[in-house]
Order: sequence, then C-alpha cells, then structure tokens
Amino acid sequence: MSLTIPDLLFLAIAAFTVVSAAGVAFSRNIVYSAFSLMGTFMAAAALYVFLAADFVAVVQVLIYVGGVLILILFAVMLTHRIADVRVSNRSVGRLPALGICFVVGAMMLTAVMRGGWHQGELQPAGPTTAEIGNLFLTHYLLPFELASVVLLAALIGAVFLSRKELKDS
Amino acid sequence: MTIGLNGFLIVSAIVFVLGLYCVLTRRNAIGILMGVELILNSANINYLAFARYGGGSYDGQIFALFVIMLAAAEAVIGLAIVLGIYQTFHTIDVEATETLRG
Amino acid sequence: MHDLIEVNYLRWIPLLPLIGAVINGVPGVLIQKNWGKRAINAIAVTPVLLAFCISVYAFFQLLGQEPEKRYLLDHMWTWIDSGNLKANAAFAVDQLSGVMILIVTGVGGLIHIYSTGYMHDEKSYWRFFALLNLFTFSMLVLVMADNLLLMFVGWEGVGLCSYALIGFWYQTYENASAGSKAFIVNRIGDFGFAIGVFLIFWTMADAGHPTITFRDLAANISLIDGKTFLGVSVATFACLMLFVGATGKSAQIPLYVWLPDAMAGPTPVSALIHAATMVTAGVYMIGRMNFIFSMSPTALTVVAWTGALTALFAASIGLAQNDIKRVLAYSTVSQLGYMVLGMGVGAYAAGIFHLMTHAFFKACLFLGSGSVIHAMGGEQDMRKMGGLRKWMPYTYWTFLISTFAIAGIPPFSGFFSKDEILWKAFSSEHGSPLLWMVGFAAAGMTAFYMFRQVFMTFWGECRADHHTQEHLHESPPVMTYPLVVLAALATIAGIWGIPESLGGSNEIEHWLAPVFHAGGHGAEHHAAHGGIIEYALMAASVGVAALGIFLAYLMYEKKSLSPDTFTELAGGAPYRAIYNKYYVDEFYNAVFVNGLLVITRLCAAFDHYVIDFIVDGAAYVTRFVSWVNGLFDAYIIDGIVNRIADVTLGLGTRFRHLQTGSINGYLYVVVLGVVLVMVVRLV
Repeated sequence: MSLTIPDLLFLAIAAFTVVSAAGVAFSRNIVYSAFSLMGTFMAAAALYVFLAADFVAVVQVLIYVGGVLILILFAVMLTHRIADVRVSNRSVGRLPALGICFVVGAMMLTAVMRGGWHQGELQPAGPTTAEIGNLFLTHYLLPFELASVVLLAALIGAVFLSRKELKDS
Repeated sequence: MTIGLNGFLIVSAIVFVLGLYCVLTRRNAIGILMGVELILNSANINYLAFARYGGGSYDGQIFALFVIMLAAAEAVIGLAIVLGIYQTFHTIDVEATETLRG
Repeated sequence: MHDLIEVNYLRWIPLLPLIGAVINGVPGVLIQKNWGKRAINAIAVTPVLLAFCISVYAFFQLLGQEPEKRYLLDHMWTWIDSGNLKANAAFAVDQLSGVMILIVTGVGGLIHIYSTGYMHDEKSYWRFFALLNLFTFSMLVLVMADNLLLMFVGWEGVGLCSYALIGFWYQTYENASAGSKAFIVNRIGDFGFAIGVFLIFWTMADAGHPTITFRDLAANISLIDGKTFLGVSVATFACLMLFVGATGKSAQIPLYVWLPDAMAGPTPVSALIHAATMVTAGVYMIGRMNFIFSMSPTALTVVAWTGALTALFAASIGLAQNDIKRVLAYSTVSQLGYMVLGMGVGAYAAGIFHLMTHAFFKACLFLGSGSVIHAMGGEQDMRKMGGLRKWMPYTYWTFLISTFAIAGIPPFSGFFSKDEILWKAFSSEHGSPLLWMVGFAAAGMTAFYMFRQVFMTFWGECRADHHTQEHLHESPPVMTYPLVVLAALATIAGIWGIPESLGGSNEIEHWLAPVFHAGGHGAEHHAAHGGIIEYALMAASVGVAALGIFLAYLMYEKKSLSPDTFTELAGGAPYRAIYNKYYVDEFYNAVFVNGLLVITRLCAAFDHYVIDFIVDGAAYVTRFVSWVNGLFDAYIIDGIVNRIADVTLGLGTRFRHLQTGSINGYLYVVVLGVVLVMVVRLV
C-alpha cells in the first residue's frame, strides 16, 4: 500500500463527508441533521480543493454554508417548536427505501468500477478564477444571463410567497 | 495521487445514496430538502472530478457553479413553500398535507 | 315581277270600324245611357259605310291600272323583323281582295243598318254593335293582309268575334255553349292552318328565300318543288294543313258542326258572319294561296271531294229541318261546299264568283228570316208559320228572289255562279264527271228544300195561333230597305259572270285572272271549247232545279203528294237519319268530347292517387326515417357519448386513488421510475 499523504488526507476528508451525510440521513433530530449538513458542505468544499477547483470551493462555502444552511436553520426554527418532539424526524417505510438505496448504490458502484473512464492528462493545479470569469463572459454568456433571470424569479417568488404568509398570520 | 478519479466517484455515489435515503424516508419537509441538497452536492463532486481528470477543461467547474446557484434558488423557494405549509397546517409533517387526495 | 302602287289610305278601311268598336265598346254603356241608341247607331254604322266608300275608291283606282299593275300596298310599319322572319303590318288590295273588301263593307254595312232595327229592344245594344264593328275590322284585316301572319291575326279575330256574337245572349246555357263550340271547332282548324304556315315558311327558309308575304310567295313558290316533309311533298302537306283551317272556318266536313248550332246567335249575326263573310274566309284563303294548291293535285282532289260531299251531305240534312234558320244554316254549309268544290277543281274565279253571289242572296235570306221571326214574336218553327206573304210583302218578294237565286234558276245570279262551278267540275283537268254528279244531286236537293221553306213559311194557311196572328206585321223600313238592295244585287250580280258560251265575257274571271294565273289558264282553256256538253249540263242543272221546285210545290202547297211517302221510305230509317243530322254531333260528343273527359278523369285520378300518393308517401317516408334517426340518435349516438362518459368516470374513479396526497409516496414513485430507467439502461 503506497498511500501518500495526500491520499490519506483525501480518505480522511471523504470519511468525514460520508459520516456527515449519514448524520443528515439518520439523525432523529432535525437540528442535528442541519448541522451535519453543514459538516457535509464543508467537507465537500475541501474535496473541491483537492480537485483544483478553488473558486468553486469558496463559492460552495459562501453560498451553501453561508446562505442555504442559514436559510434551512431559519426555516427549522420558524416551523418547529423546539420543545415539540412529536413532529420530528421520524422516518417512514425504512425498508423499501433501504432496498431502493441499495439497488441504486449497487448500480452506481458498478458503473464506477466498470467505468473504463477515459482519463486525460492532469494539469498542474492553479488558480481558476480568471479562467472561469473568462468563460462566463464568452462561452457561457447566455446561461450566465439566464441564471440571473432565474435568480430574479426566485427572489420575487419567495417574496411573494412569504408576503402572503405574513399577511395571513 | 493514487486514489484518482474512482475515489471521488465512489464518495459521490455514497453521498448520493444517503441523500436518496433522506428524500425517501423523511417525514419532515425540511429533511427532504436536505436530502436534495445532498444529491446536488454529490453531483457537483462528480462534475468537478471529471473536470479535473477528464482533460483539464473548465466546463465542469462552470457547471458546478451553475448547480450551486440553482440549488440556492431552489432552496429559497422550497423553504418559502415550507413556511407556507406551516402557516396552513401548523405542522411540516408531509403526511399531514393530504388534502389533495383523490 | 309585277309593279305595285304605294298608297296610304288603305289602312282606314279596317281602322274605321276598329275605332267604332273601341268607342262603342269601352264607354258604350255610358254612351247608350246618356245619348241613347241613336248615338250607338251613328258610331257603329258610319265607319262601315265610310269604309265602303274608301273600298269603292280603291277599286276604281285598281280599275284604272293595267292588269299587271293592279296592286295597291299600304305599308304601315314593320311588325316583325327577327332573323329570317319578316312580317309587316301592311295592307294590300289587288283584284281578289278588292272584290272581298267590297263584299265585306257593302254587305256588312247593309247588315249594320238592318241590325239597328232588329236589335232595337236589346239592352246590351252597345255591346252588339261594338262586337259587330270589331268583327268587321278583323275580317278586313284578314282579306287585306299582305302576309300570312297578319292574315292569321284577322283569322283568329273573326273566330273570337264570332264566338262572342254567337253567344251574345250568353245568359242562356245553350247560347253560350254554341259560342264555345264554334270557337273550339274553329280552333282545331286553326291548328292545321298554323302548321301549314309554319311548314311553308320553314321550307322557303330552307330553300334560301324566307318569306311569308303573298306576293313573294307567289313569285318564288317553285322553290319548294321536290322538297318533302315526313315523306309527303311539302306542297301537298302544307296545302292539306291549310285546308284543315279552311274546313274549320268554312264549315266543311268534318268541322262543320259548329255552324248549325251557331244559329243560337241573333239573326243579323248569322247573316253577316255565317253567310257573307267569316265562312268565306276559308274559300278566300284557298284562293289567295292558289299558287301552292296548284302545285299539288292530291291536295286539290281532297279539296274538291270534300267540297262536293259536304254540299250533298248538308243538302240532305236540310231536307228535313223545321227551324227556319236551321234550313238556311245547312244550305250555307252546302253552298260553301260548292265554293270549295270550285276551288278544288282549279276554278278559283268561279269559286270567288259564287262567294259573291252567295253573300248577296244568303244575307238576304237570313235577314228575311229575321224579319219573319221578328214578326212572329220570336217563333222559328216553320210548322207554325204559313201564308205570311199576305202580311209581309217586302220580306216575301225579296225572300222569293233570293230563293230563285240559290236554286240556280236563270237569270238570277246564283244560276251563273253555280253553273260555272258545275261546268268546271265536269271539265277541268282536276275535275271529273263524278264530281259533277254529286254537285248536280245537291243542286236538286237545294232547290227542293229552299222552296219547301218558301211554301211552308209564306204560302198556304197560317198555322200560327191567334195571338201571334194579331201581331203579324211587316218590318220597319230600316229592315226592309237592306232586303231590297240585297235582292236587287242577287238578281243582277250574274252580269259579271256570264260565260262566253252564253254570249257574255265572264268579266269576273278576267278580272281575277292575274291572281289565279296558275289555275286560270287551264279553266279558260276548256271554257272556249265547251260546246254542246256545256249547254247540256246547263240545261240539266236548271232542269233538276225545276224538278225540285215542282216536288216541293206538290208536297207543301198543293199537298197532293204527301211527305210521308218519303219519310216512310225504307222503314223510315233514312228519314230519321237526316232528321237527326246523321247523328254526327252525337258521335263527336261520344268519341271526342267524352273521350277527352275520360282522359281528363284519368289524369285527375292519376294526380290524386299516384302523384299525391308519391308526395304523401314521401312525407310518410321522411317521417319514418326521421323517427329511425331519432332512435339511432337516442340509443346509439347518445349511447356512445354516455358510454364514453361512463368510461371516463370509471377510469377517473379508479385513477384518482393514485392521488394519495402523500408526498413521500410521490417521491417514491419518482425514484422508482428513475431506478427503472437506470436498470434498463444498464442491463
């Protein structure tokens, strides 16, 4: 076994990711799940760094952890009487779900193993921001603009939905 | 690094499966959303892995950025809806929202 | 080509009576009410007398011309100019129509004057005179027309006026139906006439010279030579068709049946229309179209034999009639037969001559009988008359003269004209001794029954009842003067036709020769060489007439010979046959009239049962079909629709259970689907 330090590091981060994800899936307390989710996000960001995607990693931390997670926590707080245990994380129909998950997992692992992935040359890891910026404004201009439209729509939609709720309550 | 592509793909597969489990078994609406986030993340890992090991083009990273962005938007809307459900049903148990049953 | 002279006064000859007819016709009632019958008289009689004066003038103008140039044409306007057909409203007077207009206006005028007295008590006085004038107008159009179409207009016009005048007292059913009978029988003849006209025009147009003007036709008629129609030569066919028209108008066999019934009209009408003018239209027409008749010996033979047989046939019926007007009616048919016989043997001039003399004596006879009826207070049966010469001298003497004329006794005019016809019947290239014999027999009968009439009416004891006898009187001068004039004419008219064999120059034949040059030559040819035979025949006809008179004298005056000898002859059957007019009317009634009624009833039944059945049946079928459609719609269409709805409902009921409302469930399904796809792809 010629595991180098990076490999070990990778294994550690991968393990952390998996454990956090399991925590999200199997935790009974929704708040515990939320925090595990944070852990997963962080670990994912670390994995991104491993994949020489520095900008994406930073964005991941910013958006996911700093945005989505906070949002989820807010939602949890707003909809959940902390003292109320009854409405919680109870899972239903575990066995069929496990069955499906098992099948899917098996299929995916099979695909990975039997993949025959064509691998190209590994470029040296370097800063990617400039390149991504370039691409956004040249090749991917249209999706970029459309994305902003989508965000606008989401913004308006969210405002609309929550305004109605606020009025009712 | 000897782990290489396969390692990342395996990790992503495991996260995907866990996210799928979350989606299928959670009774809490937010729990389901968390599962969706997990699935999206696993997809991101895949994208980036292939971007790195598939010849060095940055297309994968661009895609991953888009995924992040869309996930954020979707989380916003989803949580707004969840709040709406809470207002109506005073609970976010998905078993409770059965008024549209046939 | 003969020249013609263009004038513009001929139009007044028919137009003046027309104006009289319109003035008397339209506001007649008012005129009669406000100014009385004298005004009507003036309006009616004056135009005719004026027309006579103009006719005389035209005649003298003709006299002053060369024989070839005797043709006056008054072109009023172009009536029809369409494609091939050109017909003008134009009047022409040549030698033939010159004679005719004198007769029509002269005799017509006298009858108009007579009628003012005869119809004195009539309420619809104005209507009578309006119709009389209208008739005169139509007759003048007929004889003065320069083409076949205009002549046909006059032809129809006289038919119409005769219908109106025969049925003048239409309030009585018999009178009205007599008028209808005249019109309908005439119509049958008109149909034939029209076909003849069409055929002539058509053939001429085919040959390249489309025309219906008499002058043009006469000049170019040879163009139809050799052409056939339905296998018969055009000339023969057309002549026969034209002759059918003549049999209708001139009361020949088989279309004579209307004339005896026409006696239902007032006596002046009988005199004018059925003695002097309308019935002669047929004879005139044959004379006018002589050029085409001469082209067809077949047609001429038919004409001659029809005329001869009609003469004999009608004379035989006249032997047994008791109504004073009926006797005269049958004698008219018989005399018309003579005229037609004359035309048929090519003796056109002789026929026209007899037409003229007949107009004089027959009009006189009819007016005289009118006088008698007037005096007898309406009685027409001769068995109730007798000895009237005591009370009515003028009537008697004029009647007697006219009877001598009709019997053919010289020196009266009838002798010359009738004899001319009989001679030509014997000697002409179209005639035969057989024809002469028929005419000879008829002459004998004519003399007999006419003098029977004289003896029964004017001689012997008066058989009328006391009351009538009290009222017997001679007619007023307005009625007797025309009688005198006519009787005078009947006496002297023979002067114009004295044949060469008797030292005369047969002026009328020479006068008319240019018109009849086709037939005239033949007749003239023989006339010059008549010789002994001609004198012998002449003597024979006079002799048979004298015999007839003598027989009548024996039977009805001296009463030494009883009529019963003849009536009882051969079991009385022949007598009954002629007394009942050979049952011809009954035969026509049974065959044609009833036959037509049978067809009518058949058609009515067909309409009622078949056509109505089809229509009603169609309605029933439609209702039935719509009922079936309704069922179809209710059960099948609605059924399908309802079934679809039920299926949808059923499916919906079953499928809505898919909507569990459970989000978890939905998610399960989604994931399952994805897994399925993945499995399929991988495997």
